[in-house]
Amino acid sequence: MDGGARLNVPDRDLSSAHMKVGRAAWAAKYYQTFDREAVLRIAEAVAKAAFDRAAEFAELAVEETGYGVVEHKTIKNRLCTHDLLDHYRDMDLVTPRVDEDRKIIELPKPAGVIFALAPVTNPVATVYYKSILAILSRNAIVLSPHPMAKQSSVAAARAVAEAAEAAGAPSGLIQCVEEPSVPLVEEIMASDKINVIMATGGNMMVRAAYSSGNPALGVGPGNAVAFVDPSAQVDAAAKCLVDSKSFDNSILCTNESICLTLEENFDNVKRALRTAGAHVCNEEDTDRLRSYLWGDKGFNLEAIGKSATWIAERAGIRVSPTAKVLVPVVPKPGQDDLLFKEKLCPVLTLTAAVDFQQAVTFAKHAAKRGAGHSAAFHGNDQTHLVAFSQAMPVYRVVVNAPCSQGAAGFATYLPPSFMIGTGYSGRSSIGENVGPQHLVHWTKIAFGSDVPANLEVVDLSQTTQTPAPTASPMATVPDPSPQTDRNEIRQLILEELRSLKGSL
Amino acid sequence: MFNYGYFSFASKEELLTKAAEYWNPGKVKFWQDAGTPMVIDRREGYFLHDMTGKRLIDLHLNGGTYNFGHRHPELVEVLKSGLDYFDIGNHWFPSVARAAFAEKLVATTPHMKYAIFGAGGAEAVELAIKTARYATKRKKIVSIIKGYHGHSGLSVATGDERFSKIFLADRPEEFFQVPFNDPDALEQELKKGDVAAFIIETIPATYGFPMPEDGYLKACQDLCHKYGAKFISDEVQTGLMRTGVMWGWQGYGLKPDIFVCGKGLGGGIYPVSACMVTEECGQWQVEDGAAHISTAGGSELGCLVGHHVLEMLQRPEIISNIDFVANFFARSMAEMMARHSDLFVGVRQRGLVLGLEFDHPEGAIAVSRALYENGVWAIFSSLDKRVLQFKPGVVKDVELCQEIMDRFDAAMPRARQLLRSMRRVA
Repeated sequence: MDGGARLNVPDRDLSSAHMKVGRAAWAAKYYQTFDREAVLRIAEAVAKAAFDRAAEFAELAVEETGYGVVEHKTIKNRLCTHDLLDHYRDMDLVTPRVDEDRKIIELPKPAGVIFALAPVTNPVATVYYKSILAILSRNAIVLSPHPMAKQSSVAAARAVAEAAEAAGAPSGLIQCVEEPSVPLVEEIMASDKINVIMATGGNMMVRAAYSSGNPALGVGPGNAVAFVDPSAQVDAAAKCLVDSKSFDNSILCTNESICLTLEENFDNVKRALRTAGAHVCNEEDTDRLRSYLWGDKGFNLEAIGKSATWIAERAGIRVSPTAKVLVPVVPKPGQDDLLFKEKLCPVLTLTAAVDFQQAVTFAKHAAKRGAGHSAAFHGNDQTHLVAFSQAMPVYRVVVNAPCSQGAAGFATYLPPSFMIGTGYSGRSSIGENVGPQHLVHWTKIAFGSDVPANLEVVDLSQTTQTPAPTASPMATVPDPSPQTDRNEIRQLILEELRSLKGSL
Repeated sequence: MFNYGYFSFASKEELLTKAAEYWNPGKVKFWQDAGTPMVIDRREGYFLHDMTGKRLIDLHLNGGTYNFGHRHPELVEVLKSGLDYFDIGNHWFPSVARAAFAEKLVATTPHMKYAIFGAGGAEAVELAIKTARYATKRKKIVSIIKGYHGHSGLSVATGDERFSKIFLADRPEEFFQVPFNDPDALEQELKKGDVAAFIIETIPATYGFPMPEDGYLKACQDLCHKYGAKFISDEVQTGLMRTGVMWGWQGYGLKPDIFVCGKGLGGGIYPVSACMVTEECGQWQVEDGAAHISTAGGSELGCLVGHHVLEMLQRPEIISNIDFVANFFARSMAEMMARHSDLFVGVRQRGLVLGLEFDHPEGAIAVSRALYENGVWAIFSSLDKRVLQFKPGVVKDVELCQEIMDRFDAAMPRARQLLRSMRRVA
């Protein structure tokens, strides 16, 4: 055969994707009547299955994309299983709410069919996270992975889908597009059979989601500034920064891009970063790194998610083989240096302002490149913390913790999330860490304020049903002792986190 | 003004007049009398638009011809692409489209050896009967009373005499009918030792989809083999996933010697039919390949579309959708029957093949009319007018299915009213 096919063949992948959406609508129809017990049973089963294969899929993702670190991806994947579920377990999005004082009854109405993009940077974690959000909010989900991460994403989606169905979920509740492409995503996003889009990924995709005509929850890029205040315990701060920047080779959009301090503290911070495992660059190294990372066509994509030593070698910088992070130094916080842009790799630009006011001014402008996203503050000066947070166009300021994990809710009490809402500052409809509550709207039954109404006698039992046991051949007997299991797993995760955060 | 470029009509009335004058007065009158005077104008998906602009949801699908709905965009794309390369081809010669389609068909049913193509279901039935006669060197064909296999010479002789006697096409010396669900009656005929084949629709459509009793079809097949006759499955309405499996007989544990399919095989956009035969039955193709020929049979365009129809039906998303649609109507019809138990008395269902029973000898005519008035087109069974044929397609979505049931519910009071007046007349 030469010259390709003699006939035009319809885009089978596109056609199948439309059919997946139709199938999801059926699944959603039935699933949105499920009671809370059934929803939690499915969520538990999915969390368990996802946890069990987290390491396998982490390996697959790194192998496929070349981004990140297997060990760290494993942790991220696992965090999107039992921990995510534990965080939302008590958030009831199934049972009607009755407010007798205000004479209002609220009935939950799930969105229906979610179309969700999963990025190349966190493919498996995003599949886990969005699937569990869909389950908890009683929605069906069709995932569309990044083409470079399709194998691992599809495998992960299949694993959670099978676990969900085995636990009684309707068939088709969780599906994944096997052969994604930009035209496919654009067409499906614009389909009137989609109820909401969860867009994570490049700016182009997120904007396309908002332009699709469908409701969309989108996020934007980050460019986190970490301010090390003179009041900070410099060594602890440096350790946070190095742990955060080296975590999964900085592939999370919440990773610190710039470490900003005051001149009085500059040498101290440099020393602490070195001690924590960073390679602090001299002027020449800084120049080499800059020209390696920014070629003619913008950021050098091959550097994304690679290790510090790998990047150093490519950039022609001699570093210790144990170097975890590269720290180029720009002595004055001007705005124009390329090194102040977002870097999804373990490169952290260090700079120093003359005083706190200049620091805030610089941080504010640098953060506009990742508007609405995240920032970090290290120190104990509460006045500075509030002034910094008030000035920054971000919706998360992580204090005395690694920003990569902290802003995503894994080293703070923020909701664990792989969708960091960048809000109005970042041209997004949502400014917080996206959770299942964002996928449900409520019908409010409001009685006249002056009219007598007895809400106690209203029977709301018919709004949900105990689903009939599934006759699926895949059905398995539910685990009789999930609680013990989960506690063991939690311990494992906590240990991993502790080792990661060191002193924290 | 209905201007179609090539021709135009001032109004629907003018069209009806001309249709009666030049085309078929009986059919024109029939639908007017039935209260469902539809002239299908635009059509897309599972929607038909009458010339008046009235929109109808199609649950007739011409027996599954529109399994994928009307003008399914993907199938239209396939046909358009085919037209840039093929035409109907020359039946004398081997062809890429025919060979590929035949291979794909045989792959769905490994015990079959050859796919022999026609242009319509009746032609496929002709092929089946001829093949059985060749293989057995016997002439007699047995079918069921109220069975239906088409209107051509041999096929019409298998069916109800309404369609054969008028043309003096009944052949009582060669074609016998036995009651449905009665294997003993079949055995009585087979015992005579001169039967070439027993032909039966896996679920008799025109008879209103009465369900074969457990083991009936298998018993018939075994009896045929016991007495040296061939067992022919007519899969024109039950094939192509309509009962939840590719071929209806697969769901009954059968292995027919010959089976025929048509209608939806051409996606509703290009006619093609097939008669599938075992190696033994298909020997005439070795002896004299041109013993049966058909200019339009197995046209290359039809083969291309059919090839894609099969590919689409094998997709997991479609199989799952069929399951959802079938379960939805099973549930919804049970609820509907409980709400309207005075007239709606039974549901026959296998997959997407449903027959709804109403408590009046012509109940389905009234219900069909009431549904029509409420925007749904479903046809009664010609040979059992108590039963409404209700045939959802394989890619119906949840919203449309719900809408159908909502309209169905709304149509019931009107059906009740129509039935009352019919009873008064009776």
